[in-house]
Amino acid sequence: MGQQIPMVDYLELGESPHLVAKECEACGARFFDRRNACASCSGTAFKAVDVPTEGELRTFTIVAYAAPGIPTPFVAGVIDCGGTSVRGNVINTPADPEHVQTGMKVRLSTFVVGTDDDGTEAIGFGFEPVGN
Amino acid sequence: MASDDIFILGIYMTKFGKHPDKDTVDLAADAALNALADAQVSMKDIGVLAAGNLMAASAGIGQQLQKQIGQTGVPVYNVANACATGATALRTAIMAVKAGECDMGLAVGVEKLAGAGLLGGGGQAKKDGNHYEPKGRYGSVVPVDGRIGTETMPGVFAQIGMEYGHKYGGTSFELFAKISEKNHAHSTLNPLAAYTKKMSLDEIMNDVMIAYPNTRPMCSANCDGAAAAVVVSGSKLKTLAPDQQRRAVKVSASILTTDPWEEACQILPNVNTLTRNAAEQAYAQAGVGPEDLDLVELHDCFATAELVHYDNLMLCKPGEAAAFFESGATWRDGKTPVNVSGGLESKGHPIAATGIANIWEVCHHLRGEAGDRQIADAKVGLAHVIGLGSACGVHILERSAA
Repeated sequence: MGQQIPMVDYLELGESPHLVAKECEACGARFFDRRNACASCSGTAFKAVDVPTEGELRTFTIVAYAAPGIPTPFVAGVIDCGGTSVRGNVINTPADPEHVQTGMKVRLSTFVVGTDDDGTEAIGFGFEPVGN
Repeated sequence: MASDDIFILGIYMTKFGKHPDKDTVDLAADAALNALADAQVSMKDIGVLAAGNLMAASAGIGQQLQKQIGQTGVPVYNVANACATGATALRTAIMAVKAGECDMGLAVGVEKLAGAGLLGGGGQAKKDGNHYEPKGRYGSVVPVDGRIGTETMPGVFAQIGMEYGHKYGGTSFELFAKISEKNHAHSTLNPLAAYTKKMSLDEIMNDVMIAYPNTRPMCSANCDGAAAAVVVSGSKLKTLAPDQQRRAVKVSASILTTDPWEEACQILPNVNTLTRNAAEQAYAQAGVGPEDLDLVELHDCFATAELVHYDNLMLCKPGEAAAFFESGATWRDGKTPVNVSGGLESKGHPIAATGIANIWEVCHHLRGEAGDRQIADAKVGLAHVIGLGSACGVHILERSAA
């Protein structure tokens, strides 16, 4: 079996995959990208914090038309994970308004995005309805 | 008129739509020369030129335009601020005049966008195969668009409308479609709109779904177009002809904001706070309130966006945008007519032209020159644009007292 690599560096794999945010030590603002400084207070010290893997779907869209090569339809949304907002797709449920509603409880789930020429698997994440 | 007031002396927008026989400079020249003619001045009177063309932002549209219509040696500011590019060009010219660097300025926005298709998605071109290597600010090994949310504009703004519905209730696919129905109905009176076809609610809801709940007619129309405006100081205007003074429109407020940091604003663009901030500043600067507005041109890049801006521009009470729309307030015969031009959904959205074209629409009503779609006795109007990233321009305009 080959190695695995997270699709983005803020996804931590292992026994219980979860997202890791960079939290500003001065004001508590959280970010997922590489930082130069804090957008809220301009502080420059950050610590890594684990983001809860369960949350509530605050908004979504069902994308029917996307850039070439992106499979559609898919559900894109924003999940409130215990006060930290996370961008992600809603997965493992049909992509229609009957199965996806704002306010629904979801939890992080991972899946294989692809495999490179070395046999390394890229692991992505999405959020599935709790109860699946 | 006060000497330090700023006025629109002349303004023009080209027909929006397809202009296969004209390039970007042709369209910009068309708008600029006609705005100058409308102002009854020439390039020799202009002390500053601010110009925007987002899709070719590095090409120097200002100087390209000068080379066709008048190289007078005045400073040029080429601006790019996403969908707020036109408003930014206008505001740049206004700031130069306000600062006393000159007494007359020209602002131009132009875009060739017919057939551009879906904007915003795709991201960096990376192959799924080969060798995974983390790249960029998120250390991603494959493109994230479509895998971690969406970067396409219809999907981003769909979420913005759905979020409002989640927070306050009262929204539905049908409600958003009804907003589009209004704007398409309004467009039938605008000969310069790219699309002037009335559409029924059924037609809108059963059209091609782009990003739920936005179907195709609920999305802004990519098209070609340009708009230009001549701005003048109050002191200079006093020296001009009575007819120029009569037709001049007062810029009572000119505001540009960006989004202040809030939780989630880098996850999904927050178009609300910076619009509300711009509106608050504009109302204070102009000394008018939302209840004084005879018409509003706001940035309905998608039907889902129009709804949230009713609230952001304080046309309704907080949280009550859905009920406000359902009351009929924003139809052209309502309390606060919104997008009587047809809006971006039918008039079209040639990006850099949009932030001057909405000023053109308001000016024409204030001058009583809006023809079949004239809002009777319009005295005060507001024009709003949002560019993602984000930038928000709000201008409040008032009929000349002369």
